Amino acid sequence: MAYRQGNDWLQAVRDVSFHINAGETYGLVGESGSGKTTLVLAVLRYLGSKGSIISGDIYLGDQSMRALDDQELRQMWGKQVALVPQNPQSSLNPSIRVGEQVAEIFRYQNKLSEPDAKLQTLEWFQKVRLPDPERVATSYPHQISGGMQQRVLIAMALSISPSLLVLDEPTTNLDVTIQAVILDLIDELISEQNMAVLYVTHNLGVISRYCDRVGVMYASELVEEAHPKELFSEPLHPYTQGLLDSIPQFGETKDRIRLQPILGQIPAIGQGPSGCIFRPRCPVAIEVCTNRPSLFPAGGNRLSRCHRWQEIALDDISVQQTPPSIERQQKGMAEGRSETLELENVSISFPLQRSLNDFLRGKPRKGVQAVNKVDLVIPSGTTLGLVGESGSGKTTIARSIMGLQSIRAGVIKLHKVSIPDQLSRRDLETLRQLQIVFQNPQEALNPHLTVGETLRRPFIRLLGLPRSEADAKVIDLLEAVHLTAAYANRYPGELSGGEIQRVALARGIASRPDLLILDEPISSLDVSVQAAILNLVNELQRDIQNSILFISHNLAVIGYLADQIAVIYVGTLMEIARQSDLFQPPHHPYTEALISAIPQIDPQTSHLPIHLDGEMPDPVNIPTGCPFHTRCPRFIGEICANTAPRWQIDPRTEKRIFCHIPLEDLLSSQAQSTSDGTGLE
Amino acid sequence: MNSISKSSNNSLGVVPSWWRRLLQFFQQLFSRPVSGFGTAITLVFLIVALISPLIAPYGANEIIVADARQPPSNEHWFGTDNLGRDVYSRVLLGSREVLVLAGFGTLFAVLFGTLFGLMTGYQGGWFDEITMRIFDSLLAIPALLLALLLLGTIANSKYSVLLVIVVIYTPIVARVVRSVVLAVKPQGFIETARLGGESRTRILLREILPSVIPTLSVESALRFSYAIFLVASLGFLGVGVQPPSPNWGLMVKEARAYVTLIPWALFFPAAAISLVVIGVNLMADGVKRLMSPDQID
Amino acid sequence: MAFLALTVLLTSLLVFLVTQWLPGDVCRIVLSREAGPAAIENCRQELGLDQSLPVQYINWLRDFISGDWGTSYSTNLPIFPMVIDRLRNSLILALVTLVISVPVAVILGVIAGLNANKPVDTVISVGSLAVVGLPEFVTGLVLIWLFSFGLRDLGLPYLPANSSIPPEATFFDTLPMLILPALTAMLVLLAYIARLTRAGVLTELHQPYVRTADLKGLPRRIVVVNHVLRNALLPTITVIAISIAWLISGLVVIENVFNYPGLGRMMIFAIDRRDMPLLQAVTMVTVLCVALANLGADLLYSILNPKIRFH
Repeated sequence: MAYRQGNDWLQAVRDVSFHINAGETYGLVGESGSGKTTLVLAVLRYLGSKGSIISGDIYLGDQSMRALDDQELRQMWGKQVALVPQNPQSSLNPSIRVGEQVAEIFRYQNKLSEPDAKLQTLEWFQKVRLPDPERVATSYPHQISGGMQQRVLIAMALSISPSLLVLDEPTTNLDVTIQAVILDLIDELISEQNMAVLYVTHNLGVISRYCDRVGVMYASELVEEAHPKELFSEPLHPYTQGLLDSIPQFGETKDRIRLQPILGQIPAIGQGPSGCIFRPRCPVAIEVCTNRPSLFPAGGNRLSRCHRWQEIALDDISVQQTPPSIERQQKGMAEGRSETLELENVSISFPLQRSLNDFLRGKPRKGVQAVNKVDLVIPSGTTLGLVGESGSGKTTIARSIMGLQSIRAGVIKLHKVSIPDQLSRRDLETLRQLQIVFQNPQEALNPHLTVGETLRRPFIRLLGLPRSEADAKVIDLLEAVHLTAAYANRYPGELSGGEIQRVALARGIASRPDLLILDEPISSLDVSVQAAILNLVNELQRDIQNSILFISHNLAVIGYLADQIAVIYVGTLMEIARQSDLFQPPHHPYTEALISAIPQIDPQTSHLPIHLDGEMPDPVNIPTGCPFHTRCPRFIGEICANTAPRWQIDPRTEKRIFCHIPLEDLLSSQAQSTSDGTGLE
Repeated sequence: MNSISKSSNNSLGVVPSWWRRLLQFFQQLFSRPVSGFGTAITLVFLIVALISPLIAPYGANEIIVADARQPPSNEHWFGTDNLGRDVYSRVLLGSREVLVLAGFGTLFAVLFGTLFGLMTGYQGGWFDEITMRIFDSLLAIPALLLALLLLGTIANSKYSVLLVIVVIYTPIVARVVRSVVLAVKPQGFIETARLGGESRTRILLREILPSVIPTLSVESALRFSYAIFLVASLGFLGVGVQPPSPNWGLMVKEARAYVTLIPWALFFPAAAISLVVIGVNLMADGVKRLMSPDQID
Repeated sequence: MAFLALTVLLTSLLVFLVTQWLPGDVCRIVLSREAGPAAIENCRQELGLDQSLPVQYINWLRDFISGDWGTSYSTNLPIFPMVIDRLRNSLILALVTLVISVPVAVILGVIAGLNANKPVDTVISVGSLAVVGLPEFVTGLVLIWLFSFGLRDLGLPYLPANSSIPPEATFFDTLPMLILPALTAMLVLLAYIARLTRAGVLTELHQPYVRTADLKGLPRRIVVVNHVLRNALLPTITVIAISIAWLISGLVVIENVFNYPGLGRMMIFAIDRRDMPLLQAVTMVTVLCVALANLGADLLYSILNPKIRFH
C-alpha cells in the first residue's frame, strides 16, 4: 500500500508519501498539529465534509482509494481496512450491548446466522483475553472498564482479517499497567495475521518496541523515515533529535541534565513558513533552508527531509546542544531540614448515596475509600513525586492538602502546625503558603481576564499590595517564566497550552508559597513543550526554594524531577524512596510492574514488561488485606489477602516498602531478573 | 484589543473589550439572513413601542362614531373597529402595552433569576435545596395556568401582570443560571480563585458571571418571546387587562364577535403579535447560534 | 418518585395559599355588604375559615384526596362531576393531538437532522422556528378563517368554528369538532418536537461510535436506524413530557378559541367569577396531570437508557 497526498483548504497534510508492506508495522510519530490524525482519517477515507484529498492518492494493493464510490467504500471498510481508535468509550454505541455490536459484523460481513455470530463473538472475546466473555457480551459499554472496551474494539478490528490495520493511539487514555498488557496483546494478534499495520502514536517508546519502520511527522510534513533503532540512536533530522532530547530517560535527573526543549512553537495549520517547515525552530538552519527540502534518500532505506542530513550523519554538525552543567545539590532525606508539609495518617472517603432499599433496611452508608492512612513528609526545598494510576487517590490527596477536600481522619501539618482541612477555616497566610497548578490548561485561567489581571490577584489579595505595585511585580513574574511583558495584555484564548501553563505556574509562585503542588501539569502538553515547563519548574525552585509535590502517572518524568518518590495504589502508599534508590531493587511488586511497563526508547535496556492480571479494583470494593494482592505477581498466600502489610525499612537506603515479602527475598529475586533481562514470566 | 490570533494548541475564544464585543455581536446577528431579519423586526417594534405616542395619528380610545367599521383607507390605514377607533393607532400604542410589560417583566425575571441562580449554584447546601424545591413547585404548573391562577386571585391590573411575569419566569432563569454555575464551578480557575482567598462576591461576579452570560443571553431572548406570548394570550382571554386597553390580545378578542363585518380589526393586531413573536424567536435562535459556534449547525 | 410527590405537595400548598389566602376574606366578598357580623361568622364557620391556616390546609388537602371537592360558588353545583366531565373532554383532545403530532414531528425532525443544511432541512427548520412562537389563539383563528370560513365561502364542506358539545353527543358527533382544535395544538407541538429531535439527531451523528459503525462496513441505512436513532430519540421522551405540560396550558387558550368544553374553559369560567373552590379543583387536577406525565416520561426514560437502568 502506498500513500501520497495533500489535504484541503488548510494544509493539514502536505506531500506525504510512504508505503507499508504486508506483515510490516509502520509507526507514525507526531505531536499535535503534525497532521497524523488527518492522515489516519484520510487513509480510511473517512474525512467527511470537512476535508478532502486535493492531490495524490492512496492505494490499497493496486486499488486506488480515491476512486471508490460510497458502496465500494463500505465494502472496503467492512472487509479490508480496520481501525482501533483512540477513545474506546465513545467509540462504542452506549445503547447496544457490547456482544451485539461485535456480532453485527459477523452477521453482515460473513452472513452468519445469529447463533453462529454469537459463537464467533465469544471466540474472539476469548482471544482478546476478556475475563468472563459471556458476561461482557451482555454488558453495555459503560459497565466495563476502559481496558476491556479497548479489547472489544480490537476484537472488532481484527475479526475481519483486514489487509490494513490502523491503530490510532490505542492506549493513550489507559493506565500504564493496562497499557502494557494491551500493547502486547495487539502485538501478539498482529503476528498471527499477515497484515500491514499503521501505528500512530506520540510515544517513542511504543514505536521502538513494536514497529518495523517509523515515519516522523511535523506540522503536516513527513520529515524522516527509518528503522526505529537507527532513528533513535542516530536521527538524521533536527526535529527528531530535538524530540529525543526533550524527553527524560531513565537515569537522567534534573541534577545532571537539563532537558532540551525545542524552542518556539508548532505552527498552526496552514501557517507554516516557506521553505523548510522546521526552519524557525531549527538550531542549525542555514541559507539553503529557505528552499523547501525534498525527502532525500539517506542510505539504507532511510529518508530525511533536511538539507544538511549528510553533515548530521557524519557528525560534522551537532544538533544536540550540550546541556549546561548544574551544580549538584546535596539532597538527603530529611537530614536536618525542616518539614514543610506532613500528612499524618490521613484517610479520606466519599459517602455514597444510599439506595432506597438499603435505607429502609437500615444498612449503613457505603463509602468510597479514596485514601487510606497515608503518611507523607515533604522536607523544605525538596520535590516529592507522587506516582499512581487512575483511582490511586493522588489527586484527592492534593485537594485535601489545599483544603478543597475534607478528610475523614488524620492531620495535615504545615511547618509542624496542624491546619484545618477546610478551606474556609484557613487564614490568608496559610493560603499564601500553599499553591497548586492544575492539570488542564484549558480550564486553568479565567478566559475573560487578561493574563495581567489574573496574575496581579495573588499580589493584591494574598500579599496585600496596592495595585500599582502589583502590576510592576507582574512584569517581573512574567520574566521569571520567560514570557515577555506584552503577555500581560493578552487573553488566555490567545495563548498556546504551554504558555498557559507558564502563566499558571507564575500565578502559583507569585505569593512565594512554601509548598507548590503540581497535579499532572504537563500531561496535556506536547512532548516538545513539556521539557520547557519541567525546566522552568526546576529553575523556579532554585530561586524560591519552595517544596514541590509533583503528581503524575508518568514515572519517567517523576524520575527526572523528584528528590523523593512515593508510589500509591488505590488509596494506599506502597513505597517511598529517594529518587536515586527507587529504580534499583528491592522494589515493591507494584513499583516493579510500573517500571517495567514503561516502553523504553533505548533498545539496549528494553526488557519484557510484567503483566498484571485483572483490572484496577473498583474503589467501592477495595480488596482486603493488601489492596494489591488481587493482581500481585508475587502473591505469597493467604496473608496477603487477609492481613494488611506493614512498613519495612531498608537500612541501606531508607527505602520504605509496604509488603509482606521480606526485603531480602525481593532483593534477590528482582536483582536476578534484571540481570537476566527477562521479566517475571 | 489585540489581533485575533489563535494558536493551534488552544481553542478558547478571544474576548476583546466589552462594548466592542457587543457591537461585533450585533454585526454577526445581522450577517445571517434569518437572524438578521428577526433582529430587525424586533428592533423596529421596540422603537415603535418607544415613540408610538408621537406617531400615532389618533388616540387609543379616540372614538369617531361616524367612521366606525370602515375598511382600511387613507385616513385609517388599518381601518376602524366596531366602536370607531383607529386600528392603526391602537396597534401602535398597543405595542407599548405588550412590549413594555413583557420587556420589563423579562428584565426583572432575569435579574432575580440570575441572582438566585448564582447564589444557589455556588453555595449549595440547604439554601439551594429549599429554594430549588420552591422553584420546582412553581415550575410544576405550566406558565399560563400559573398566570391565570395568580391573576384570578389578585387585582386585575397591569402591575399584577408584571408581577406575575416575574414570578413565573424567575424560577426558569434561576434554574438555567444554576446549571451553568454548577458546570463552571469545578473548573481550575475557579478553584484557584478560591485558593487565592478571593471573596465570594468577587468570584461570583468576576469569575463565574462572565461564563454565564452567553447562556443567559439566549435564555433572556427566549423568555422575552414567551413573555410577549403570555401577555397576548392573557389579553385574549380577558384576564389581567381592562378594556379599553389597546392590548393586542384583547383587541383580537373584542374583534372576534364582529369578524365577518370588520375582519381587519382582528387581522392587524393578530398580525402584529405574530410578527413580533416570530421576530424575537428568530433573533433568539440567532443569539443561540452565535453563543455556541461549535454547535453542529 | 418521592421527589415528585413532594413537589406536587408543595404545589398544592401553593395553590391553596394563592386561592384561599390571597384574595382576602371570602365570606365578606360572597355575602353582600349589608350582612351583619353574625352572618359572616356563620359563613366562616360553615366554610371552615375560622380555623387557623395550617388546619385549613390539611382539611382541604384531605377533602381533595377523598374526592370531596365541594360546591362551586357560582353555579352551586357539585364540583367533582363537573370537573371530571370536562377532564374527559380535554383528555380526548390532548390524546388526539399527541397521537398524531408526535410521530409526525419525530419523523420530520429526523429527516431534517439527517439532511442537515440541505434544502429540505432549511424548510423544516425555518418553518418550525416561525410557527413555534405563535400564540395558540393566532394559529387557531387562522385555521378557523381558512378551514371554517374559507371553505364555507367556497361552498365546500367546512369544519365548525364552534365546538360546544351538547351533552348527549356521541363520539362520532364530536369528531368533526375536534379537528380544528386538535390541528391548532398539533401545529405548535409539531414545531417544537421537530426542532429538538433534529438537534438530537445532529448531535449523535457526530459521535465517534457512528464512525465505528460505518467502519464495520454496514450499509448507511443500518447505521442510521440501528445506531444513531436509538440514541438520538432518547431525549425525545423528555421533550414529549415537556410538550404535554405545554399542551395542558395551551389547551386553555385553544378551548377558549373554539368554545370547546374542556378543563381550560372551565378555568377561565372560574376566574371570571372568582369561584375559588372550582379554581382550586381545576388547578389541582391539571397539576396532577402534568406531574403524572412527567413521572411517566421519567420512568420510560430510565427504562430505555441503559446507563440509568443498569446502575
